[in-house]
Amino acid sequence: MPVASPTIEILRAPAERMRGVAEIAARHSGEVDREGRFPQEAVDALKAERLLGVMVPKRFGGEGLSLIETAELCTILGQACGSTAMIYAMHQIKASSLVSHGGSSPWHADFMRELVEQQHLLASATTEGGIGGDLRNSICAVNVADGRFTLEKDATVISYGLYADAILVTCRRSPDAQSSDQSMVVVKRGDYTLDKTTGWDTLGMRGTCSEGFRLVSAGDAAQIFPQPFSEIAAQSMLSASHILWGAVWFGIAADAVARAQAYVRAAARKQPGSLPPGALRLAEVVAMLQDMKASVIAGVVRYEAAMSRPDELSSMGFAAEMNNLKVTTSQRAAQIVTHAMLITGLSGYKNDTPFSVGRHLRDVTSAAIMISNDRILSNTSNLLLVSRFDTSLVN
Amino acid sequence: MRDRIRKLIAERKVVAVDVDTLTDTSDLYEAGLSSFASIQFMLALEDEFDIEFPERMLTRKTFVSIESIDRSIAELIGEQV
Ligand SMILES: Cc1cc2nc3c(=O)[nH]c(=O)nc-3n(C[C@H](O)[C@H](O)[C@H](O)COP(=O)(O)OP(=O)(O)OC[C@H]3O[C@@H](n4cnc5c(N)ncnc54)[C@H](O)[C@@H]3O)c2cc1C
Repeated sequence: MPVASPTIEILRAPAERMRGVAEIAARHSGEVDREGRFPQEAVDALKAERLLGVMVPKRFGGEGLSLIETAELCTILGQACGSTAMIYAMHQIKASSLVSHGGSSPWHADFMRELVEQQHLLASATTEGGIGGDLRNSICAVNVADGRFTLEKDATVISYGLYADAILVTCRRSPDAQSSDQSMVVVKRGDYTLDKTTGWDTLGMRGTCSEGFRLVSAGDAAQIFPQPFSEIAAQSMLSASHILWGAVWFGIAADAVARAQAYVRAAARKQPGSLPPGALRLAEVVAMLQDMKASVIAGVVRYEAAMSRPDELSSMGFAAEMNNLKVTTSQRAAQIVTHAMLITGLSGYKNDTPFSVGRHLRDVTSAAIMISNDRILSNTSNLLLVSRFDTSLVN
Repeated sequence: MRDRIRKLIAERKVVAVDVDTLTDTSDLYEAGLSSFASIQFMLALEDEFDIEFPERMLTRKTFVSIESIDRSIAELIGEQV
């Protein structure tokens, strides 16, 4: 679908634009989930509302939104459709790496301008056959000769791979590099072919269409980020992923709680003068939701304090806190939605009532395995052998 | 001190390559130092030199090369006396 020209138009506030997109996403969320299809209408709307380039700095044509502002956009969309919101979050996580690390590289700076102008949708290929979710190791390697690169990857999960305009791929820095000595490469549509290897018929997050592919690509060597991937992972990807995922899961959980509240209020109206049975549990789940919100906000505050200091971003204490944010919010989201279902009872369990929370429940179950919590906890437990956690209330 | 660091790298198999192929400024991460190995290595260094790395030193930069480790340890030992 053609994208409106970016020239001197006055854009409405991003949150307002996102609420319009969320209405469209909500309308299709049931079908997207049932059929496990890509939410094309909502993604078209994101492009039409020019919401894909919002994090790009103004000097490259974007709106320079901060991570917290972007997180709020993810939450708004998460209340409408978990899959669409996760797609948006994953795109912004890739954009945040460009924003943090691409500004000093002419190719990546141009690509940021192009991303804003053409509203490119960015996907990610970190997961690899034989490696799984261990982001910081690769088997595949980029090969550079005469200013050109070639790269092949057994990418076992690339969300919306077939619908993306570019993919950010991790790999070893060269064919003789160690598995942890990685680079990240931007491959644009036209630079690569994708041969589907695995499908995506899953419990939840069905609309993310996270199929597996054999990715074969070639391009200009300048498309490889100049920084090692270890720096990118530590300084932008870890915090952006865990904060924006947390924002999506919060949105899903918040919508489930809103449905539970609507259910309790309807019951209260039918029996004036008495407290409906779900009311106490509602108070309990609202407190849980508030607690989850506090975790996400504390993560953002921590990130913003560290943001301009690369050493701090690369520190173990910071990594441990960002890890904990992911584990806590993923667990909380699942507890909250389960609680919402207890409140709504059969009405919530059924898929066709205004109080249905089945899709929410299935979507949030992905949180714990989207980079397995066990993997993350074992990583943190390793960090805690040397790093002391922060005992202050206000850092 | 650098020899003791080298000896530890070899004994604990901290990197994927022969320690003799590393110069004092070689990037240890490029030589295959993983995040898990780096922590085991830090614990070994703390034990060997009877030091404790403070939080501010627990960054990638501190452990990137034999030289940077040497400098950090020297700073810590200097603080002790
Ligand atoms: C909705 C969704 C979208 C995704 N989109 C993408 C995408 O766009 N691009 C992409 O590259 N990837 C994507 N992924 C994949 C994701 O990044 C992880 O690779 C994936 O969740 C598998 O991680 P894992 O660690 O569980 O798997 P594995 O690494 O295969 O681990 C399997 C299991 O082994 C156990 N385990 C493994 N290591 C440890 C350890 N160290 N300690 C304890 N237990 C361990 C855990 O129980 C784990 O569940 C997506 C995943 C989901 C759910």
